[in-house]
Amino acid sequence: MVQNRPILDIISHLVLIIGILIVALPIWITFVAATHDPLRMTQAPIPLLPGSYFWENFVTTLFGRGLSGAETAPVWRMLFNSLSMAMMIAIGKIAISLLSAFAIVYFKFPFRMGFFWLIFITLMLPVEVRILPTFEVVANLGMLNSYWGLSVPLIASATATFMFRQVFLTIPDEMLESSRIDGAKPMRFFWDILIPLSRTNIAALFVILFIYGWNQYLWPLLITTDSDMTTIVMSIKQMLESAEQQPEWNIIMMTALLAMIPPVFVVIAMQKLFVQGLTETDK
Amino acid sequence: MATIKLEDLVKTYGDVEVLHNLNGNIQDGEFVVVVGPSGCGKSTLLRMIAGLEKITSGKISIGDKTVNDLEPADRDIAMVFQNYALYPHMSVRQNMGYGLKIRKIEKQEIERRVLEAAEILGISEYLDRKPRQLSGGQRQRVAMGRAIVRDPQVFLFDEPLSNLDAKLRVQMRLEIRKLQKRLNVTSIYVTHDQVEAMTLGDRLMVLNDGVVEQFGTPIELYDHPETIFVAGFIGSPSMNFIPADCSEKSISLCNGKKINKSLKHKGKVSIGIRPEHLEEDKKGNIRIVIQMVEQLGSNSLLHGTLEDTDIEIVASLSGHVTAEAGSIVSFSAKETNIHVFNPDTEKRLG
Repeated sequence: MVQNRPILDIISHLVLIIGILIVALPIWITFVAATHDPLRMTQAPIPLLPGSYFWENFVTTLFGRGLSGAETAPVWRMLFNSLSMAMMIAIGKIAISLLSAFAIVYFKFPFRMGFFWLIFITLMLPVEVRILPTFEVVANLGMLNSYWGLSVPLIASATATFMFRQVFLTIPDEMLESSRIDGAKPMRFFWDILIPLSRTNIAALFVILFIYGWNQYLWPLLITTDSDMTTIVMSIKQMLESAEQQPEWNIIMMTALLAMIPPVFVVIAMQKLFVQGLTETDK
Repeated sequence: MATIKLEDLVKTYGDVEVLHNLNGNIQDGEFVVVVGPSGCGKSTLLRMIAGLEKITSGKISIGDKTVNDLEPADRDIAMVFQNYALYPHMSVRQNMGYGLKIRKIEKQEIERRVLEAAEILGISEYLDRKPRQLSGGQRQRVAMGRAIVRDPQVFLFDEPLSNLDAKLRVQMRLEIRKLQKRLNVTSIYVTHDQVEAMTLGDRLMVLNDGVVEQFGTPIELYDHPETIFVAGFIGSPSMNFIPADCSEKSISLCNGKKINKSLKHKGKVSIGIRPEHLEEDKKGNIRIVIQMVEQLGSNSLLHGTLEDTDIEIVASLSGHVTAEAGSIVSFSAKETNIHVFNPDTEKRLG
C-alpha cells in the first residue's frame, strides 16, 4: 500500500516501537543483570546500563557449580542435556511422523482411516494428561535419568503426522505414478521424491519442534533426579528456589541468557526454509 | 517395439462398469490414437495398459507377454503425463536419467542416452535447469525425453498437449508425429481433440461410454463412419443429421423433399451430410432457411434450419459467401457423401 499520510506513519511507527519495547525490555534487563556483581542486583533501583562483570559471570555460570550453596550441575552440562533432548525430540518426531504420514497417504491397508483417527485423537492427550501412566511405563523400562527417558515419551506426534499428511496430499498423484513407471519401489519413492519435496516443511517443523523440546519443563522435572541430567529450563526455576539466601540474579540471568541462545540460533539458521515451508503451496 | 493385444477388457469401479469388453490389436510401430469425449474411459484404458489401474477382467499383452499382473516398471513402457509429472527438485538431466538410475545402469551409459535424447528434442542447453525454470513446451519435451531414454517397447501419451497454448500445440503435434516415425515405437495416444487425433494417428480408436465405436484409419472414419457417434465426433464442424424415410428408390427428408441415394432398405433412417459436402445448387432439394453466416476467411459457415422444420443445418462453402438472414438457399450433395444410419441401432446402413 502506497499512501502519503504523515500522521498515520507516525502512529504506526509509535505502535511498532512500543511493541518492540515491550518485547525487548525484559531481554535487555536480563542482559544487564548478567553483567553486574550479585551485590549490585540486590539494591534498588535495578540498573538499566550494563556493568563490567559479564565475563566473570559467564565463566562462573558456564563452568562453575552454579549457585553457591546449591548442588547444581554446571550450566554447560545442562545446555548439553537440553540440546540432546530437544534434538532427539525434534528428529524423532519428524522421522516417525514422516513414516506414518507416508503409510496413511500412500498405502491401502485395513482400517487405514481408523488408524488415522487414532493418531488424530492423541492430539487430545498431551503429556500433562497422560503423565502418570507415562511415568509408570518409563520407570518400569528403567529409563529414569536418561536421555531416552527424557525424549521418547514426547516423540509420538499427531500434529506432525497430520501436517505431513496434508503436505503429501498436495503432491500430485502423477508424481507417484511416474516414479512407479520409472521403477521406484515405495521406499525409493519416499527417499528420492517425497523427502526432497517436503524439505521446507521438514525445516519449518524442525524449528517448531526443537523449541517445543527445548522448552519442556514438567516432564524433565518429573523423571530426572540426578543433577547431571537436569535441563536448563527446569534449573532456572530451581535456582530461584533452591538458594536460602538472596537469589543470585547475575548468575540466574546469565543462565537465562545462555538458555535463549540455541533456540535463537536454530530460528536464525533456518529462517529462510521456515518461511518457505509455511507459505509455499506450489509443488 | 512390440504389438499390443487387448482382449475382452473390462474395468469396473464398484458397481459401475466403465469399459465393456474392449478388444483391439495394435501393430508393431503403429501410432494409435484413442479419442472420445471426457468420461468415455480412454484415460482408464491407457492407465490399464500402463499398469496404473487394475484390470477387472480380460487380458493385455505387450509383445508375446501377458502383462496383467506386471508392475508398471516391468512392462517396458514409458508414459507422458498430461501435467508432465516432472520431479520438481531434480534437474532436467536427473529427471531424464532417474528411471535408468533405478535400473542400475552405468553412469556413463545414462549420460550418453540423456545427451542423445536431449539432442533429438533440442533441449541440450537446458539439461541443468530445474523444471520450474522451463516453459510449457520445454517441459513437454523433457517429459518426452524421459520416455525416450528408457528405450521402451511402447510409448503411452495421456493428453500431453492439453496444457499448451494453441500455436505450440500444433507445433508439438507435428514434432511428436515426426519423433514417433523416426523412433518407430508402438505408441498409444489419448486425446479428446479430434483434430489432434486425425493428424497424429495411423489409426484411431473412437471410444464412447466404454465401448469401441470404430477402430480404423482417419480417412476410413471420415468417409465411412460406422455409427452416428463417430460420424458426429469426427470432422469439424460436425455432421448434419436429418431424419428421413427410405424406400427402394429414393430417400425423402422429413420435410417431404426427395434426395437421390439408392439403398436397399425400407423405413425410418437418419441421414448425415458433412457441412463441407453440401454444394450450392439452384435445383437442389436440401433447402435451408439461413439464420447467420460466419466468415472464416478461407471458407464461410452458413447456419440455418431445414425448410419447414427446426432441424439445424450448417453448410461450409469455400470463399466469401453472403446470404441474408431469412433467405432460402438450396443445396445438393453427392450420393457418396450422403451417409445413412439406422436411427434405432445408430449403425451405418450405407
